[in-house]
Amino acid sequence: MGFLSYLISGISLGSIYAIIALGYTMVYGIAKMLNFAHGDVIMIGSYVVFTSTMMMGLPVPVGILASIVVCTVLGVLIEGIAYRPLRGTSSLAVLITAIGVSYFLQNAVQLVYGANAKSFKSVVPVKALSLADGALVISGETIVTIVSCIVIMIVLNTFVNKTKAGHAMLAVSEDRLAAQLMGINVNKTISLTFAIGSGLAAVAGMLLCSAYPNLTPTTGAMPGIKAFTAAVFGGIGSIPGAMLGGILLGIIEIMGKAYISTQLADAIVFAVLIIVLLVKPTGILGKKISEKV
Amino acid sequence: MKKFLSMSLIVAMTVATLTGCGGGSTEEKGGADTLKIGSMGPITGGAAYYGTEVKQGAQIAIDEINEAGGINGIKVEFNFQDDEADAEKAVNAYNTLKDWGVQMIVGATTSDATISLAAETANDNVFQITPSGSSVDCVTNPNAFQVCFSDPNQGIASAQYIAENKLASKVAVIYDSSSSYSSGIYENFAKKAKAEGIDIVATGSFTADNNTDFSVQLQDAKNNGAELVFLPVYYQQACIILKQAADMQYAPTFFGCDGLDGILGVDGFDTALAEGVMLLTPFAADDMAQATQDFVAKYEEAYKATPSQFAADAYDAVYVVKAAAEKAGITADMSASDICDALVEQMKTIEVEGITSVEGVPMKWDENGMVDKAPKAVIITDGAYKAM
Repeated sequence: MGFLSYLISGISLGSIYAIIALGYTMVYGIAKMLNFAHGDVIMIGSYVVFTSTMMMGLPVPVGILASIVVCTVLGVLIEGIAYRPLRGTSSLAVLITAIGVSYFLQNAVQLVYGANAKSFKSVVPVKALSLADGALVISGETIVTIVSCIVIMIVLNTFVNKTKAGHAMLAVSEDRLAAQLMGINVNKTISLTFAIGSGLAAVAGMLLCSAYPNLTPTTGAMPGIKAFTAAVFGGIGSIPGAMLGGILLGIIEIMGKAYISTQLADAIVFAVLIIVLLVKPTGILGKKISEKV
Repeated sequence: MKKFLSMSLIVAMTVATLTGCGGGSTEEKGGADTLKIGSMGPITGGAAYYGTEVKQGAQIAIDEINEAGGINGIKVEFNFQDDEADAEKAVNAYNTLKDWGVQMIVGATTSDATISLAAETANDNVFQITPSGSSVDCVTNPNAFQVCFSDPNQGIASAQYIAENKLASKVAVIYDSSSSYSSGIYENFAKKAKAEGIDIVATGSFTADNNTDFSVQLQDAKNNGAELVFLPVYYQQACIILKQAADMQYAPTFFGCDGLDGILGVDGFDTALAEGVMLLTPFAADDMAQATQDFVAKYEEAYKATPSQFAADAYDAVYVVKAAAEKAGITADMSASDICDALVEQMKTIEVEGITSVEGVPMKWDENGMVDKAPKAVIITDGAYKAM
């Protein structure tokens, strides 16, 4: 029973990583840049839920909706103000800007809310599932996290493969210049990508803070790094890859803690990452793209 | 446009730097008719709660002392610097205080900052008493003293308390192996528990980089049938641990140390999760002692919050300085080094009854600078700390 409950914890943690990783992987796949501020958008989303439900007493669905709207707008704004002017310059410049945005968001939130930890009562209304006379308990958050992870993945995959806007994204990711020649508005497509990625960040933030109720201005930093690892692990740029990478990472982390050492959990995660990248440099589901000359 | 922006930024920065210098140099020339007590702690960053409490608690004591005529009839000035709980920034904060002309230090707030501060004050021979830096390394130098319990003493006292009150025979521990505070308490707890016949059935450690998921450690405790989980950790992690334990429908007794103090002050925390949590802390805001009641009333009026142990420790620390300074006959024109020598001499003999000591059992200091006082246990009932 121990193994099963560890497995469920792992999938639950991994599902959160997966939703965050989707944001990283979409932006990377389409804009070819690492948005290091993604983790902080998650944190902002959580603060919005905290403000609307705990401080203003609004109903939970309104809080979640507000959080998604704020994050989506924020994502588009960040892209427009901080990244778009640098498009076409060296990728290093964009990377440094992303780190700058990350610090800016953390410190802005600290100014507004202070550095004290906040906590919130879970916004998930689902009751825990108790199996085998209480030996195996699956919390409501776990159920909701796993279900939303699967739903998001299916919706996103359908969106990218079946809709016009999705096809535009695919085209931009393959060849930005050629896409532009075909009449695709690249700026609009990239903005849309940021909007979707940041909207997902809001969902991830809400799930993260419902499962681990400790909200500080740096809450998004560590999950952000882990999710980025997951995205690389699964093959950066690939949507199913981010999903798979996230869930595997969560399982490895929890199993490593349970059966090897609670202190070496992170070391184990990153060791696995190194091994995977040595064997398959593009990640598990990553496509090998030859450089066009 | 861009050029204009960058130029104006440069101008703004230059002005800011220049005014910064100006401010410092005028303060340096403060008159020699006051005693200058400096203090520091994190008022920004993750540990801001502790520093804010220390600052406010000390301020109340300073105001009281000044209202009553000061120390030996000399008014007291107080200057609190932010150290962000960081060893390096603590040294910067100390240098700022030195420029200001500090004569005695009540600080720092957290262990790591206190240790790095202690190295500096030992060089300069400046008297230092930390309200809440609980590591034994905080007081290795002869000029440094503690008001709170040291980590080993907390661990030992916890094990003793659990054994004496027969709270449990099977105990699990979850601790932060990357923090000297947490592992210091754990090691001594484990030793004492063994001596008292308490069985530690599960030990789950974690590190600062991996402190958001405790399901594995809790599952381990649950599988091994622990009736009590000892948590020598800070309240931020405790919030998550309590939540995850509730999620897996595991309800042992949770027992913590002073790091848990403050858990009820977390915005939005579901206090029902903390129901029945016990902690060993030298201060309980609902204590009936008159001095405690007066302090809590003043604090609540001034800061609209209930003080925790950190504010109380700081309040006591200022009064300890006062007691030692009065006995030593400190005057405002003495140098920091002379004051230090005189105070260190008095610390060996003074006895101070404060709001963090049990009534009738005053605090004393041993030759290492560690405090000798009796602990109080507190249990969280109906969302408030109750003395046990």
